[in-house]
Amino acid sequence: MTTSTHLVYLIALPLVSSAILLLLGRIADKWGHIVATLVSASTFAIAAIEFFQMRSRSGDARAATQNLFTWISVGSFDVHASLLLDQLSICFVLLITGVGTLIHIYSIAYMSHDHDRRRFFAYLNLFVAAMLLLVLGDSYLNLYVGWEGVGLASYLLIGFWNQKPTYAVAAKKAFVANRVGDIGLSLAIMIAFAQFGSVSFTGVEAGVPHASTGALTALGAMLLLAAAGKSAQFPLQSWLGDAMAGPTPVSALIHAATMVTAGVYLITRSHFVFDASPTAQTMVLIVGGITLLFGALVGTAKDDIKKALAASTMSQIGYMILATGLGPVGYAFAIMHLLTHGFFKAGMFLGAGSVMHGMNDEVNMRRYGAIGKVMPITAVTFGLGYLAIIGVPPFAGFYSKDKIIETAFNAGGTKGILVGGAALLGAAITAFYMTRVIVLTFTGTKRWDDEAHPHESPSLMWIPMVVLAVGSVASGFLFNSGHALVNWLAPVVNAAGEHDAKEFLPPLTISLMALGVVSVGVAIAILKYRSNVAVEAPEDVSILTKIVRRDLLQDDFNDRVLVRPGQALTKFFVAMDNTFIDGIVRGVGGVIAVSSTNLRKIQNGYVRSYALIMVIGVLALIATIWMVTL
Amino acid sequence: MDISNYLYLSAILFTIGAVGVVVRRNAIVVFMCVELMLNAANLAFVTFSRINGDLVGQVASFFTMVVAACEVVVGLAIIVTMYRSRRSASVDDASLLKR
Repeated sequence: MTTSTHLVYLIALPLVSSAILLLLGRIADKWGHIVATLVSASTFAIAAIEFFQMRSRSGDARAATQNLFTWISVGSFDVHASLLLDQLSICFVLLITGVGTLIHIYSIAYMSHDHDRRRFFAYLNLFVAAMLLLVLGDSYLNLYVGWEGVGLASYLLIGFWNQKPTYAVAAKKAFVANRVGDIGLSLAIMIAFAQFGSVSFTGVEAGVPHASTGALTALGAMLLLAAAGKSAQFPLQSWLGDAMAGPTPVSALIHAATMVTAGVYLITRSHFVFDASPTAQTMVLIVGGITLLFGALVGTAKDDIKKALAASTMSQIGYMILATGLGPVGYAFAIMHLLTHGFFKAGMFLGAGSVMHGMNDEVNMRRYGAIGKVMPITAVTFGLGYLAIIGVPPFAGFYSKDKIIETAFNAGGTKGILVGGAALLGAAITAFYMTRVIVLTFTGTKRWDDEAHPHESPSLMWIPMVVLAVGSVASGFLFNSGHALVNWLAPVVNAAGEHDAKEFLPPLTISLMALGVVSVGVAIAILKYRSNVAVEAPEDVSILTKIVRRDLLQDDFNDRVLVRPGQALTKFFVAMDNTFIDGIVRGVGGVIAVSSTNLRKIQNGYVRSYALIMVIGVLALIATIWMVTL
Repeated sequence: MDISNYLYLSAILFTIGAVGVVVRRNAIVVFMCVELMLNAANLAFVTFSRINGDLVGQVASFFTMVVAACEVVVGLAIIVTMYRSRRSASVDDASLLKR
């Protein structure tokens, strides 16, 4: 462990800048976005310096800590507000600050017509601060603060245009769904405290070998619930689609590249819990597997370009969660996919934002068509992201996703075939819906109205897109060359140096299988959407399509099973409160009022009547004593 | 003479005093009735002291006298003040506490 003194600036800088922008108000309108962007860039610079310093150290000395202050000290229970930057956190810190800075730059142009641009940047900085705290905290309690902070920032940004009621509702929905997950995290903290007497990562890790299986499974399940809430995994996935109500840079930064991956971080950070509890690990696998197929299926039927990308995000995070469920070998691949996904998905979201920018905020892909000709840079960067996500070699997604599929098959037995099959099927569907997005948006015939004048976006917008596209192309190869990322993360997540016991199939075969199903998916999509795309979505479709269009009935299910019974229960309680509880209170009040009105008559002001009452009282007292003693 | 007669006398005096407090309106008379009750109690104290053959009751009666003296000072002062402000010594006129 190395002690560092400047980790705190990573969090303090954006936090202070956010506070300044919010408190100064309209005074900061002119320069607020510049300050916020510079602050974000400087956090990236600090992160880069930290990264190179970390690389120059070796072994155990790579991890750096900084103790800020003693937060809670009760008896033997000590929580320090301290930061931990190790090989795992630095990946996230670089991703958050790097992609964050690019998106700050992009937003300067994207939000230039919004009169609340300063507030937007303040929230973005708040998000960066909270997210950095989340990945830098050295205990679950510190992580929880960041966890809630990003939830707040996400809520504020989804509802940024809250003058539209549907957007405000979407923000609320995201917040509530996240709260359900947060309950999981707070319960996990309580379980950790009850079992191990400590909430720090090292304390919990040290206690794991002595804990009972039941406690570990409960802890793992609660952590998984937390991860599912934040990462939009089944069964808490329904908020992510609606979260696209926020401005597109928010979707790119928070709901694609960074915040939604917090669940993957949580599970990877808690790997010691899941490694020790096979039941919890299987639950992670199941959740990841279901979500990757769920998201992919939902993505096939979305006409809204942002919602299609959101469904894809859900599915890709499903891949990451699946990988974390595969044990020590999987964590590094989960993080690799997370990083490459950060590049290509953020890039594609920015591309979608660029298209919307040129098309008067139209999001329906059926009204796009042939945009590639008028927006060449957007089309190329989006296309590179597309090649990365469907896993075409040598683009980034190929390396990371292929490794996950391979590791899934290598898990062995029925489990391996089921999980690997799900991952392979997911890859095919991914290829289908992403090709659909590309074909509908950038190729084919023009279907937009004459009022729209699509044009290439300004350079402040396309430069970040180009940078992210370069990442989508190169990052996978860089991470995978000489197992760079796997070796880098090994001390944190795979200290025992485990590797797959045996190979289910040779890696080349699996890669070829994956490429095979991907090309099938691409071919189907091209044949289906090559021409004759209706501007309105056809109504006479099979029942299956209708179900998929309704997000596989996720909202209907939540509405019927959770919302309406909840509302009925609330109404019942309101009625109980009005009649029963209020009845008791009013009854007590009424009885006292009536009896005191009568009792008041005794108080007539005449000394002699008081004296008489006293005499009667004394006589009654004497009579009582006399009767008792008799 | 039977010593319990003193106790009967004390009870009668106390009753007269109590009835006087309740039925009379003139503050001075009410006040005198209170004194009568105190002295009836004193008589009972002294009688019990005699019956028990010790001094406890007599000592207690001295305490009562001291208290009675204090009460006279305060009480008469109040009555005089009331009379000055209202030109009346009736306790029924001083009924501002009602309701």
